[in-house]
Amino acid sequence: MALEIKKLSKHFDNSEEATLNEIDLEIKSGEFVCLVGASGCGKSTLLNLVAGLISPTNGEIVLDGERITGPGADRTVMFQEHGLYPWLNVIDNVKFGLKMAKRPKEEQEEVALHYLEMVGLLDYKDYPIHQISGGMKQRVALARALTMDSKMLLMDEPFSALDKQTSNRLREELQRIWMETKKTILFVTHSVEEAVYLGDRVVVLTPGKEMQIVDINLERPRHVHAPEFVDLRHEILDYIKGVEK
Amino acid sequence: MSILLFVILLIILWQGFYWLMVDLLEIFKSYSFPSPLGVGERLVALCSDGSLLEATGQSLLRGVAGYAIAVLIGVALGLLINHFAYLQRNLKPVVLGVQTLPSVCWVPFSILWFGLSTQAILFVVVMGSAFGIAISVDNAIKNIDPIYVKAAKTMGAGRRQMYWNVILPASLPELVSGLKQGWSFAWRALMAGEVMTTSIGLGQTLIMGRDLADINQVMLVMIVIVAVGIVIDKCIFSVIEKRLLKKRGLC
Repeated sequence: MALEIKKLSKHFDNSEEATLNEIDLEIKSGEFVCLVGASGCGKSTLLNLVAGLISPTNGEIVLDGERITGPGADRTVMFQEHGLYPWLNVIDNVKFGLKMAKRPKEEQEEVALHYLEMVGLLDYKDYPIHQISGGMKQRVALARALTMDSKMLLMDEPFSALDKQTSNRLREELQRIWMETKKTILFVTHSVEEAVYLGDRVVVLTPGKEMQIVDINLERPRHVHAPEFVDLRHEILDYIKGVEK
Repeated sequence: MSILLFVILLIILWQGFYWLMVDLLEIFKSYSFPSPLGVGERLVALCSDGSLLEATGQSLLRGVAGYAIAVLIGVALGLLINHFAYLQRNLKPVVLGVQTLPSVCWVPFSILWFGLSTQAILFVVVMGSAFGIAISVDNAIKNIDPIYVKAAKTMGAGRRQMYWNVILPASLPELVSGLKQGWSFAWRALMAGEVMTTSIGLGQTLIMGRDLADINQVMLVMIVIVAVGIVIDKCIFSVIEKRLLKKRGLC
């Protein structure tokens, strides 16, 4: 067991109702879990709680037996906006977390190059951030997150600011990288297709309703046009529509 | 190039105005209105005896020394205001208020405490620019994109690492423009201080011009003060600013 979310509630001061109400969820080590739901359903709130960037009103989150009280390098986050540092070039951005962990210089270099190769950006290692495209920026952010070798990777709609083509290509790459690394990933998205494509399980959050968990028992690599894929996608979409009515 | 032509045009207009108002219509007296030629004469005279150069050098030295102290105090104060919520709520409004005081207001205090000395002038310079620098340091840090800090937190950055590796570089462009503005405050305050005391410097050269009823010398010193201001701004601060922005692809 990697992550346990127990009776977790979050109530923001400025809102009438609780954003999250007594959520229970367990994520196994090496599992890829996707959170979907319409905007305002609390999926990003849940991710930020796991990241420790905000604190819960009630309940707790436990990672490998340790209660989460704040942000830490064991739960690296990849954001919708890449969050890369414009004063550093590509490779120095990738090294950032290793530098914070005070790892030896040669090791920083070695690890950074390894992951840059994994995301296919070895040739761009010395580029300034403002000279690479949006999709490449997210790949740098992914490489930066992977260098941390953290227990969990939290991804908050990392591809949703990109154009459709680029985001499709990136999710294929993420699938490949996940199959290579078997990281535990919590992935937030508003795209049901993306969730079914990537996740072992898809958690559907709807405001004011019990959350729904759908197991995705499809072989990887997955194909969005396969009949089973389309069925699962429609099942989840219909469920969301049904709840909204 | 075009700016040089423009300056020449201004000088020609100035000479024409002088000719019209002083020589032709006699609305101004020649001792109350400067002329380009008169200023040029004073420039040659004050350069040949070396006194203009010495005065400019002395003023610059004092300006830089006072500015350096102001930067130290201002940055420290700005960091404190930014870090402690209590100071942010209570001290910042006071600093903002004090910052609006014209630096001349500090002259009586400085003379009472330090006499007619260099320290007195430095005091006025520091008071004139440290508070503005403090405010701009606080603002520069506040305007950092929060995602930079969030990302660093989830990569395990400690508090000190955060300051050196994220907050400082992220706020640097705005910090530099704050420091640039601080310099112009310091340079202005310096003149206020020098005019009031008796040390050799541009302020005193200006006052000497007034005492000798030499309006051309007054004008000359004013031009030198402006010129030094422009040179420092263009050759130091603007260069650093440009370089920073260019590296980040912002210009």
